[in-house]
Amino acid sequence: MTVISTHKDAENLTLTVIAEFDSTPEQVWEVWEDPRKLEQWWGPPTFPATFIRHDFFVGGESRYLMTGPEGETPKGWWRIEAIDRPRRLDFANGLAGDDGEPVPGVEPMSAYMVLEAVGSGTRMTAVTSFVDVAQMEMLLGMGMQEGMAQAIGQIDDLLSPSRSRA
Amino acid sequence: MVVECSLTEEDVDRIFQALADQTRRDILRRTIQHGESVSVLSRRYEMSFAAVQKHVAVLERAALVTKERRGREQVVHANRVTVREASILIDAYEQLWIQRIDQISDILTTTEGESK
Repeated sequence: MTVISTHKDAENLTLTVIAEFDSTPEQVWEVWEDPRKLEQWWGPPTFPATFIRHDFFVGGESRYLMTGPEGETPKGWWRIEAIDRPRRLDFANGLAGDDGEPVPGVEPMSAYMVLEAVGSGTRMTAVTSFVDVAQMEMLLGMGMQEGMAQAIGQIDDLLSPSRSRA
Repeated sequence: MVVECSLTEEDVDRIFQALADQTRRDILRRTIQHGESVSVLSRRYEMSFAAVQKHVAVLERAALVTKERRGREQVVHANRVTVREASILIDAYEQLWIQRIDQISDILTTTEGESK
């Protein structure tokens, strides 16, 4: 309905999602700036988010937790890198530990979003960049499903250079 | 970040199916270092061009190889494991963002309905 396109770049580990809304850029900006609105969409439907802190200024940080169906509460954090209201927001998004604070040694993913007025609506482009596959797995926090891990292990074995024949 | 990865099962099925055949496993091994054309592969396995094409198509559906046209030739390359794994993970993040955008859309619709 509103998602216009997605672009997945597995080589450069970047995901771009473009959406359009029948709202002004200011209204769309609000869903990022207002923590009460932000928590209504940041977590997946089965893992609603709660923002405990949302310091919306450059260098400001956020802390959030999500509540899963089994009562588990994965946690995360943001750090705002740049603000150009209501056009562009740059931020880092990382993994937090049980204490709610950033896990040392786990790089955050970097993200930015751009808003452009298009007719009477707004186009939002959200770009997320990852460092490597290990980080992507960790930040996803879902643990690869067993079947998947098995399949990947199998491909790994098959394709490891030591076993490849000329 | 917690994501429901709805495509996972199908994905796994496709990978297992692709790897279940000896010729396909061999194609993967041979194309990991450098690409091979479908016609070279068909000579190697003493198979028809069409038969090799079919094997390559199964590998392609599982995203284990990519095909590139070079003049009249079709060159097959095995995808590196990291690229393969990265694309599965990016799919999961894509799903997350599609859900997020649906939810933003709901919020904006509700907000506009309110008298402000």
